[in-house]
Amino acid sequence: MEQSIFTVKSNVCLAKGVYEMILGGNGKSVTAPGQFINIKLDGFYLRRPISVCDWNDESITIIYKVVGKGTEYMATLEEGAQLDVLTGLGNGYDTSKSGDTALLIGGGAGVPPVYGLAKRLIAEGKKVKVILGFNTADEVFYEDNFKDIGAETFVTTVDGSHGIKGFVTNAFEAVGEYTHTYSCGPEPMLKAVYNASATSGQYSFEERMGCGFGACMGCSCKTKYGNKRICKDGPVLVKEEIIW
Amino acid sequence: MVKTATNLCGIEMTNPVIPASGTFGYGYEFAELYDINCLGTFSFKGTTKDPRFGNPTPRIAECSAGMINAVGLQNPGVEKVISEELPRLAECFSKPVMANVSGFSVEDYAYTCEKLDKCDQVGWLEVNVSCPNVHGGGMSFGTSPEAAAEVTKAVKAVTTKPVIIKLSPNVTDIVSIAKACEEAGADGISLINTLLGMRIDLKTKKPVIANKMGGFSGSAIFPVAVRMVYQVYDAVNIPIVGMGGVSSAEDVIEMMLAGASAVQVGAANLIDPFVCRDIINNLPKVMEKYGITDLKEIIGGAH
Repeated sequence: MEQSIFTVKSNVCLAKGVYEMILGGNGKSVTAPGQFINIKLDGFYLRRPISVCDWNDESITIIYKVVGKGTEYMATLEEGAQLDVLTGLGNGYDTSKSGDTALLIGGGAGVPPVYGLAKRLIAEGKKVKVILGFNTADEVFYEDNFKDIGAETFVTTVDGSHGIKGFVTNAFEAVGEYTHTYSCGPEPMLKAVYNASATSGQYSFEERMGCGFGACMGCSCKTKYGNKRICKDGPVLVKEEIIW
Repeated sequence: MVKTATNLCGIEMTNPVIPASGTFGYGYEFAELYDINCLGTFSFKGTTKDPRFGNPTPRIAECSAGMINAVGLQNPGVEKVISEELPRLAECFSKPVMANVSGFSVEDYAYTCEKLDKCDQVGWLEVNVSCPNVHGGGMSFGTSPEAAAEVTKAVKAVTTKPVIIKLSPNVTDIVSIAKACEEAGADGISLINTLLGMRIDLKTKKPVIANKMGGFSGSAIFPVAVRMVYQVYDAVNIPIVGMGGVSSAEDVIEMMLAGASAVQVGAANLIDPFVCRDIINNLPKVMEKYGITDLKEIIGGAH
């Protein structure tokens, strides 16, 4: 973990209520896809944990959904705004476990970390298949970004207004063979993927956090491998340890 | 050179800053960030006789200038704390540490304190009497002078190290409880624990926290804490550890003027992991600004 100041480089609306923010600053402390950052916002007591979508040495890209006052405030930030950010939080996904064909499944606000993961897996020479799940067509984002990096991309919408109609699991038939499953999204989706997936896998969980770096025990969960803190020992849990 | 040293129950500390229990784990997360030996000491995660997972999640709710937590004393139990956590802690912290203890019966408190008292690393026992007494109808030990005194006596009978009783602010008369602890043999009083609070989510129309209620902490509670430290200082002759919403060197000085010999920093650690180090670094400068040369001389100075 590192604490440093980042500068907003851009903050644009990608889809209904969804924003992409590029933060200039030390991106080197991000060590794995699926990690998150914790942002201090003026006027808010607790930091806001947001997953890392993509990063390089000089910047971090995050995508966030406006769901409350904190994210509402974030959407108003303009280029040049400075933010106190804790980076390199959480374990992230282990790309070494993917086998040769990884299936990545992201739902809604769970799509962003899956993008950073897809990019790293492809860079490691692996085949990547992606299922992106949304409620409606106007919520869809990053479909082209995934295609551009060479991921075989399937999109589902609950109302059928774009791509395959239904939930992410409705796309499993079209996906074909894969060797490992990576997922991030709301818990009901994770559970459905867990049940539908034929392989080993890694699942990224969300919980209301206090500190985001393992000090307060605010986000503990029980696993088959003992009590874990979603912020520090997670957010990614392996399939074998998950207790629903 | 200004003097930042203080003395708590006979143990010298290089400065009065103590991360509060439950906001600093067993120190390792912070030891990755800075050398935690700069701290006066720290109070480790509340330890109970048996292992506890704590409450269901969500356990955290945000407030204006503060937060509510209902972690529920998650800890691995005293045996594991001694066999696993303390040896790991020894690698990153060489000063005497404050052992924070909770219990659900008088026997629990005595059992856990007796075990921790025997550990060389432990300098003080900080006994949290805010827990519900399962044999006493669920009322917190800290809400009655008699129950708080009973815990104090039981712990004092089986220990040799300074016993500091950590009081709950959720009481009608904190002074009578502090006095009862002093009469029962307490070596110090620490206050305040969190204020009982609650938030309701307007979208779900239900409490934010699974446990419904939790402990409110953060800068919002600072004035309540200063007031209670001030009142207790007037009533007892044992040292006081002041806490509640402290987040700056100025707050530390204010708390000492109210009557604290040492000061704990709680929720602020969760927002800014470097806050205790920064407070310690800022103390001399802020002392100079207010014409203070020796922190020991300002304890209770506002009276």
